[in-house]
Amino acid sequence: MSVTKPIIAVLASALALSVSTSSAFARDQISVVGSSTVFPFATAVAERFGKNTEFKTPVVESTGSGGGLKLFCSGVGENTPDITNASRRIKASEVELCAKNGVAEIVEVKVGYDGIVLANSRASDVMKLSRKDIFLALAKYVPDGEGKTKPNPYKTWADVNSALPAIKIEVLGPPPTSGTRDAFVELAMEGGCKKIDWIKALKKTDKNAYKALCHTIREDGGYVEAGENDNLIVQKLEANPSAFGIFGYSFLDQNSDKVQGSTIGDVEPTFENIAEGDYPVSRSLYFYVKKAHIGVVPGIEGFLAEFISEDAAGEDGYLVDKGLIPMTEEESAEWKAKVKSLENLSM
Amino acid sequence: MTDHIDIIRVEGSTRHRAQKRFQLYGLLAVSLSLAFLFIMVGSIVLRGSSAFRQSFVQVEIELPADAIDPDDVRGTRFGKFLKQALRNKFPQATTQKDKKQLYKLVSATAEYSIREQVEDNPQLIGTHAKIWVRTSSDVDIYLKGYVDTDLDESKRRLSDQQLEWLALLQQENKIESRINTKFFTGGDSREPEQVGVLGAVIGSALSLLVCFLLSFPLGVLTAVYLEEFAPKNKFNRIIEVNINNLAAVPSIVFGLLGLAIFLNFFGLPRSTPLVGGMVLALMTLPTIIIASRASLRAVPPSIREAAMGIGASKVQTTFHHVVPLAMPGMLTGSIIGMAQALGETAPLLMIGMVAFIVDVPQGITDATTALPVQIFLWADSPERGFLEKTSAAIMVLLAFLIVMNLVAIILRRRLEQRW
Repeated sequence: MSVTKPIIAVLASALALSVSTSSAFARDQISVVGSSTVFPFATAVAERFGKNTEFKTPVVESTGSGGGLKLFCSGVGENTPDITNASRRIKASEVELCAKNGVAEIVEVKVGYDGIVLANSRASDVMKLSRKDIFLALAKYVPDGEGKTKPNPYKTWADVNSALPAIKIEVLGPPPTSGTRDAFVELAMEGGCKKIDWIKALKKTDKNAYKALCHTIREDGGYVEAGENDNLIVQKLEANPSAFGIFGYSFLDQNSDKVQGSTIGDVEPTFENIAEGDYPVSRSLYFYVKKAHIGVVPGIEGFLAEFISEDAAGEDGYLVDKGLIPMTEEESAEWKAKVKSLENLSM
Repeated sequence: MTDHIDIIRVEGSTRHRAQKRFQLYGLLAVSLSLAFLFIMVGSIVLRGSSAFRQSFVQVEIELPADAIDPDDVRGTRFGKFLKQALRNKFPQATTQKDKKQLYKLVSATAEYSIREQVEDNPQLIGTHAKIWVRTSSDVDIYLKGYVDTDLDESKRRLSDQQLEWLALLQQENKIESRINTKFFTGGDSREPEQVGVLGAVIGSALSLLVCFLLSFPLGVLTAVYLEEFAPKNKFNRIIEVNINNLAAVPSIVFGLLGLAIFLNFFGLPRSTPLVGGMVLALMTLPTIIIASRASLRAVPPSIREAAMGIGASKVQTTFHHVVPLAMPGMLTGSIIGMAQALGETAPLLMIGMVAFIVDVPQGITDATTALPVQIFLWADSPERGFLEKTSAAIMVLLAFLIVMNLVAIILRRRLEQRW
């Protein structure tokens, strides 16, 4: 039995290995999940936290805001994450799910802001858009001028607004699973949609019809789903000067030699404009902490302190170098107080 | 009456032409695929090779003895000493904006490498030390020639002032390009100039080890049973068809299975090579079974008959004679299956291995990522410096694959028996 013996030995040891680890497992490493937008910031904090303290470097997963909250709300215990990042606020339904699974106490922390830009190649001119232009160019159904809707007939930007150049509408953006897309639809599309009076009135009478009209993006080739990789979108814009791309401000900041942000409502997507709240398409970034895990998994308080410290999220902090738009001083002080007292989330 | 010779001549020449044409098509197809391979590998090497070098800058740093406790170097923040050193070097930077630009010349986490150097060499405390630290990634890619300085200042990451400082430092020979050893000895980082692939390489190796330990014995024994012992009935044919189908199941399905069974039901730790290897084992099992059965079938029946003929039992025949002869084929099949597993990211996504993990794993229950995941994460990062690192990591992955395939070829050559 020259061959079987080692095989059986290997099999036995493999089984023993898997059994021994499943019984005695205690986690001493913070586990963070959630939004891919907050991921670059959470990882920077995690790395420094690991280097500055005696604790292990937290594990940060990029699962998307919704996926992260689902994992986060799946219960209390070592196999559930301690912290989840979100590029939108937690929904009431998610709070309910959490409560149902025993995650009753959650601490909410706001990190800062992120701007979403509509950019094109530097080889072309800067586009001056309004949110209404964006809605009309990208919606599946647009008003036909008689209080009804029709499928989007516009082929070029000039069709939408005669002040714009006659370039084919071609916008590369994230797929529906992306938080960036959610925010873009909510802030830019709905923002423009509301500018049309009868649609605004529709919101009061039929909220579902209003949402369907304002939130549905065209599928006839004007909007191209380009995946979640923003670097890829930047490269495609470089190759195709007439196309536009939708991505987070940090990618514009890093690639300012290749792409330029369109102005929206005459406001340029610059750091200052987003921080001041002048740029209309910007959203808040959050993370949520499971209170039951504080004190059980070592180092969570320290990680929180590092995340909101002046070194990180302050005006000259390293997160700002990574593209985070910081909160104003008053707002930041308010959130710091909430974190210090570990105040429970209130919707 | 037509001459038969003429017919043959005419037909012969058309046949001859057809053969020529076919050879030409073949040659074209091969050269086309070779050209694509060459372009792909060429562009990766071209883009990635610069990642193996890194620029360093020398700073003259004051390390006051009264501010650093030699017993607690780890607890000391060296950032302020580094900033002071930079300000001393360029006292003309007085405004907040200028100072910020000045600090951005060196890596954002350079203070930790100063700490490491002081930890290794405590005599530095209380001296005026000359320490080499990594430049920031923006500076590094500028020095490698990737930045177009003709562009307007607002359109690039480095300002004219910063370029002026760099020129001065270069004149004084305080900037050096060195081999980037950290790329091979360190874990992941958020700063492109500080990243390393070791964590991901070890993570991949550990996952594959677990994968091999589970799938090889299981796969080989299944193949032996099905091929040598199982009765040829309807039930076994159904099993056979299902194994063949399993080989074609998209890998993400195995990830979902792993999430449901290994993580949620058995409560095994997330993001670990243990679970990663188990999921990959599920994925490779069908491949190994199919390859092993094929190599068992390739053992000539005369071997079995001869063994039986001199009185060996069925089990003895199988394990003394057939399996050893089929072993090279089984090993090759497994290694090819594992090479496939090495490139997988989809199943790992579900079990939490697509994550930012800095610490290099020490065992199979430490959180870790894998090489293809690392490539994916770097390709997704906004910083321009990650571009070359991504390509360099692809080169490491390709090297890993080539080594695995080489092992497969060597094993086959060594063990192969001809009859």
